Amino acid sequence: MMLNDHLMKGHYTITTRNNNISSKSETQSSSVAKPLDQKESELLKNLKLAFAEFSETEVSVSLDMVVLRVEPGRLLDICESLKSNPKFSFNYLSCITVVDYEEQEEIFEMVYHLVSIDYHHKLAMKVSLPSNSPVVPSIFKIWKSADWFEREAHDLFGIQFEGRENLPPLLLYEGFEGYPGRKSFPFHEYEEW
Amino acid sequence: MQVHQQASEHSDAIDLMINMGPQHPSTHGVFRLVIWVDGERIVKVEPHIGYLHRGSEKICESEQYNQIVTLFDRLDYVGNLNNELAFCLAVEKLTETVVPERAEYIRVILCELNRIASHMLFYGVYGLDAGATTPMLYGFRERERVQELFESVTGARMMHNYIRIGGVKEDVPADFEKNVRKLLGDLKKGVEECDSLLSQNEMFLARTKGVGIISGDDALDYGVTGPALRASGVVEDVRVTDPYSIYERFDFGIPVGSMGDCWDRYFVRVEEMRESIKIIEQALAELPKGEISAKVRRIVRPPAGDVFIRTESPRGDLGVYIVSDGSDKPYRVKVRPPSFANLQALESMLKDTYIADAVLVLGSIDIIMGEVDR
Repeated sequence: MMLNDHLMKGHYTITTRNNNISSKSETQSSSVAKPLDQKESELLKNLKLAFAEFSETEVSVSLDMVVLRVEPGRLLDICESLKSNPKFSFNYLSCITVVDYEEQEEIFEMVYHLVSIDYHHKLAMKVSLPSNSPVVPSIFKIWKSADWFEREAHDLFGIQFEGRENLPPLLLYEGFEGYPGRKSFPFHEYEEW
Repeated sequence: MQVHQQASEHSDAIDLMINMGPQHPSTHGVFRLVIWVDGERIVKVEPHIGYLHRGSEKICESEQYNQIVTLFDRLDYVGNLNNELAFCLAVEKLTETVVPERAEYIRVILCELNRIASHMLFYGVYGLDAGATTPMLYGFRERERVQELFESVTGARMMHNYIRIGGVKEDVPADFEKNVRKLLGDLKKGVEECDSLLSQNEMFLARTKGVGIISGDDALDYGVTGPALRASGVVEDVRVTDPYSIYERFDFGIPVGSMGDCWDRYFVRVEEMRESIKIIEQALAELPKGEISAKVRRIVRPPAGDVFIRTESPRGDLGVYIVSDGSDKPYRVKVRPPSFANLQALESMLKDTYIADAVLVLGSIDIIMGEVDR
């Protein structure tokens, strides 16, 4: 009987932490930005090795985060490699952010935050787009979680995604004019009703 | 059977489109779901969100850092303190503020209590989704106990604005430790009572077992996190795998499911309440005396730069990304809400289930529209 199986104790496993998952650190308080720990330094080294051949990519460090700067044209190749290369194994796309630098440098900066569940390291990948034609390849085919984040970026910032044309609005309604996420949008003067 | 599957692949075989919401008691907020059915089997779903979109991220750009804490309360209005913590941790990392020990412990105790309160709310309404009215009374009774404690500490039942940049607003009342001990005793009994009331109920099992299955790899691909991901067998808890605050000092387990169905998603949360109680007990035993806030300027001006922080909210991986230009207001604030990503997996979970299970599958993700729409 199917139900009896579920009543069996021990169906549930509770994994207790062990040293593989996290090593106790010696730091007093974790609020302070720590320098790169071991797994992140390893990631930095591997990234430099893997992408040294491309002059368009640039690896740097910001606080405790490894940052990879990528040209839009190379984005798909690099994402593919970040996901499938067993040294990186970034199997989880956490978030896609658009930062509007239109007034200062006439660019939109896309920030992709990637996490590896296997190695517990994380990475910020940044792509700069010209603000007059913000077009970037869609990474929806690589990580499905990009779906709504890309639609949100399209809604609020007017980013165009190659391979995903005619995106329906997600957070806004049909027929909304303008891109309310942008700095140029008169957010506080805007009256709807 | 084969004929049936073939028919569902052709769009002209779909004979009925059902609209659920946005005003529907089982959508847990203003959420609209369009369902195409073939007989009673769901062929395709299309979620519509955005009814609660307030532009929270954009409002943050015109407020000072201290004022933003209260906006974060209103994102996930069931796990307020966890949201406040995420924002404060991000600013503290950017400004390199060291939070006093006492404040860290108070934060952990309150955040874990908030997790229990949130899971109790889930427990209650999930019973209701399944057609059982009684669990709601028990779930809300336990949640009410936690809210009473919150009221005595922060002055508010919800929207606390208690965790501040650099520490907490004020010290806890003198009888705090006594009250928390009593509360823990009640909660322990309450969790057992709730568990025995619903978890192994035969009708509940029949409704939730094997329904809305999602594999671990699929869940990860969709960006599902938190209890919903752990129910599919993936061991991922930000408190352990990427520890923040002082979580690495406590000894607790990560409940993990095996099938990734509705029952697993439900039971992972019940087990999580037990683990949270363990954390609170340890934190309470070690609660040190001392300062409750670091010396922070009244107007916070972090250095230019950006910071991304991950925390474990009751619903999953809550990320906050802040870009500072050195002024007293952030240049850009981005919230990575766990419910938003979890909701994306709904179409995969609902595929080929029956129309009667749609509400149960939706309920098992435990969405809060306040953070989905922002």
